[in-house]
Amino acid sequence: MQQAAALNASSGSRSKFRPGDPIFAALSRASGIFVLLLLGSLILSLFVGGIPAFRHFGLGFLFSTTWDPVKEIFGAGVSIYGTVMTAVLSMILAVPLAFGIAFYLTELAPAWLKRPVGIAVELLAAVPSIIYGMWGFFVIVPLMSQYVEPTLIDLFDGVPVLEDLFAGPPFGTGIFTAALILTVMVVPFIAATMRDVFETVPPVFKESAYGLGCTTWEVMRSIVAPYTRTSVIGGIMLGFGRALGETMAVTFVIGNSAHISASLFSSGNTIASIVALEFPESPAGSLKLSSLLALGFILFVISFIVLAISRTLLRPKLKV
Amino acid sequence: MSATTSSASSIPGPAKDLRVSRALGKRRHRINFVVKTLCVLATMLGMVLLGSILLTLIWRGAAGLSLTVFTNVTKPPGSGGGLLNAIVGTLIQTVIGTAIGTPIGLLVGTYLAEYGHSSPLANAVRFVSDVLLSAPSILIGLFVYQFAVEPFGGFSGAAGCIALAIIVIPIVVRTTEDMLRLITPSLREAAIGLGAPKWKVIVLICYRAAMDGIVTGVLLAIARIAGETAPLLFTSLGNLNWSVSLGQPMASLPVAIYQYAGSAFDDWVQLAWVGALLITFGVLAINIAARLLLRRGK
Amino acid sequence: MSMTTAPSESQNTSFGNVQARAASAMNPARISIDNLDFYYGEHKALKGIGLDLPDRQVTGMIGPSGCGKSTLLRVLNRMYDLYPGQRATGQVMMDEMNIIDPKVDVNALRARVGMVFQKPTPFPMTIYENIAFGVKLHERLSRSAMDERVEWSLTRAALWGEVKDRLNTSAMGLSGGQQQRLCIARTIAVRPEVILLDEPTSALDPISTLKIEELIDELKHDFTIAIVTHNMQQAARCADQVAFFYLGEMVECAPAAQIFTAPKQKRTQEYVTGRFG
Repeated sequence: MQQAAALNASSGSRSKFRPGDPIFAALSRASGIFVLLLLGSLILSLFVGGIPAFRHFGLGFLFSTTWDPVKEIFGAGVSIYGTVMTAVLSMILAVPLAFGIAFYLTELAPAWLKRPVGIAVELLAAVPSIIYGMWGFFVIVPLMSQYVEPTLIDLFDGVPVLEDLFAGPPFGTGIFTAALILTVMVVPFIAATMRDVFETVPPVFKESAYGLGCTTWEVMRSIVAPYTRTSVIGGIMLGFGRALGETMAVTFVIGNSAHISASLFSSGNTIASIVALEFPESPAGSLKLSSLLALGFILFVISFIVLAISRTLLRPKLKV
Repeated sequence: MSATTSSASSIPGPAKDLRVSRALGKRRHRINFVVKTLCVLATMLGMVLLGSILLTLIWRGAAGLSLTVFTNVTKPPGSGGGLLNAIVGTLIQTVIGTAIGTPIGLLVGTYLAEYGHSSPLANAVRFVSDVLLSAPSILIGLFVYQFAVEPFGGFSGAAGCIALAIIVIPIVVRTTEDMLRLITPSLREAAIGLGAPKWKVIVLICYRAAMDGIVTGVLLAIARIAGETAPLLFTSLGNLNWSVSLGQPMASLPVAIYQYAGSAFDDWVQLAWVGALLITFGVLAINIAARLLLRRGK
Repeated sequence: MSMTTAPSESQNTSFGNVQARAASAMNPARISIDNLDFYYGEHKALKGIGLDLPDRQVTGMIGPSGCGKSTLLRVLNRMYDLYPGQRATGQVMMDEMNIIDPKVDVNALRARVGMVFQKPTPFPMTIYENIAFGVKLHERLSRSAMDERVEWSLTRAALWGEVKDRLNTSAMGLSGGQQQRLCIARTIAVRPEVILLDEPTSALDPISTLKIEELIDELKHDFTIAIVTHNMQQAARCADQVAFFYLGEMVECAPAAQIFTAPKQKRTQEYVTGRFG
């Protein structure tokens, strides 16, 4: 022990220079800055790539519904319409479904079912999007053209507005089918987020409502839903962002045509799908390639806004 | 009940009408029942969809599953090709993409949790990383095309790896930060109390304590990029021939599925189904492994 | 904390300090605290503390929650450095070194002043690696020397017999009491001069607590020990001298026997007899 004490007495002077800390701190900080630069250059590269198109077509690029590779006239109108239309439609379908699943998972499911169903929902969210596209193309499209679309066309025949929405030849592909596939894709995603958000409600709140004699649905509607409203909207926006930028699932089933039609059954395209489909026929340096990059820039701006909103609403509740 | 009647005189308002409350109760329970039923139906629909996708994959994919799928490269229609080059290409690009993206993501997550906290720079990095996490992956493809394909005169496996790495980074950032934040301060203090410098505490203690969570994040990232198609369309492009060179266009399962599924040849469509079966079950298996790992840690 | 009256007058406090110095004449001071103030941002958490930790003896620190005793402990090995906005002024002398001087190499300091926390904090690695981790930070040892050190420290922490056959299993598998003794072993393996114990038994069952207390009695032959505790019996059993803190001030410091039987200060008496706290 004397020995130990002697060793200790000399240990106070062990103050050699240690470079480890500053190096590691600088390295991790530099990585953080790298990510900033990464997104910055992503935006910049799309914008710079799109400059020739923006310059050539001016602001009209945003609204023009012409996409004519032969005459080299390009406009973003059709694709923006298709992108927003499919995404909005899919949200209309997906939100109630996702809510139902999330409600079931948090409040209704028996304990033994909670985990497996929860995992199944998460797995559904993990299936690669190209699989949804393929499944949609080979399974849903035939179903649509043979059964669903003719039925809907007959059903709404003569009803104003709806008659125009559900019209045209039932090809099975088109805006409506694309929205359906997107719905299937984003439902598990939104449902999983909603479930996580619902689970952040402190049990005492729910218990005190049940204590007053509330039914499960009343607890959901008047306690859980108001408590989580902003985060739920954030989760929906996140799903919306996904639907806007989804490529493969849409490309297979949207039918790819550069026209806007009142009918939901008509084919169309989205920014992502037209980029995927037309890119191979766009030589480097061409006006067409520049137009595609300009489309990419527009898509980025749209999704950036949606994601920024969703994040502002979601972050405080779910993460620190 | 007796307690309420005894003090009923002091409660303002008309006396409680049992018939009214019973009728209300019936109505409330009916609504509750309807909503519950709808929710169960929604969940069942979700399960049916998952089942439909998996069964379709098995039913149509298993029919074409044979050894030649794994031993032969893609060939012209009608000559018995396989998916070997696509499988190998996916493995190469996924592994390299993960290998590039993981260390960067790990460092960024470390910066956010251990150094930046809520400084303006850290908040900006966190925001940007979140945007990158959900940004349309096709745009990442376009971006990489602009700086790693066009300037170098051609599509390449390397460009594909870079595109996938960019997708990996924000996923690893998110899990790393979350997991590091979960570590109790006392563990950190205990290590520091022994005289360990901060970076050693992070690398030797915190990473270790957060290991399961971080590995889960990496696994989820692998599962995500293994199935990505859009960012590869403009980077590694796909390749019908055997090539493992990073300087050449490189095949991958998702791109092969995309090309074959849209073709007019039955045997190519069949191969697309086999590819879809392989990639889906691969991705789902990795997902399940990740979840089991995270559960073990708890 | 039910007390709402003002803290004891400074007159009394300084009187208490004089008592403390008189009492600690038993051994020379290993650490000598003088006029120490501590701030959490604007809030002053320690006010003019003066206290000596006698060499190779146990100093107990008692007082109601929030009185500053844990804060004082965290000053002694500069743990407060981790948190921005916390700072200390005054003198905390160890040999010729003022511990709170910003120029001090904190990592080397922490090798000399070890700390054991309220909750066991085993690192996520094997038992052996837990001990070796701290040693490797400050010394380069051969494999056999390291084996020896691990055995020595585990023996000193009265844990060797229980774990010698599973040194290479995860430390997470140990019981709470074993984990805490592992943390003590990990601390003494670095061979510090001073060991700080921050309520080391508050998360443990009575039997584990007894073992730790016996251990403290054993360890004081080689180490200077400061222990913060909420348990007055524990302070009476373990400590040679006891310091009572209240609202950021040190009210009184005296040999353990004296503080529990004949405290000089009224407030001390009220606390040790359980009238508040």
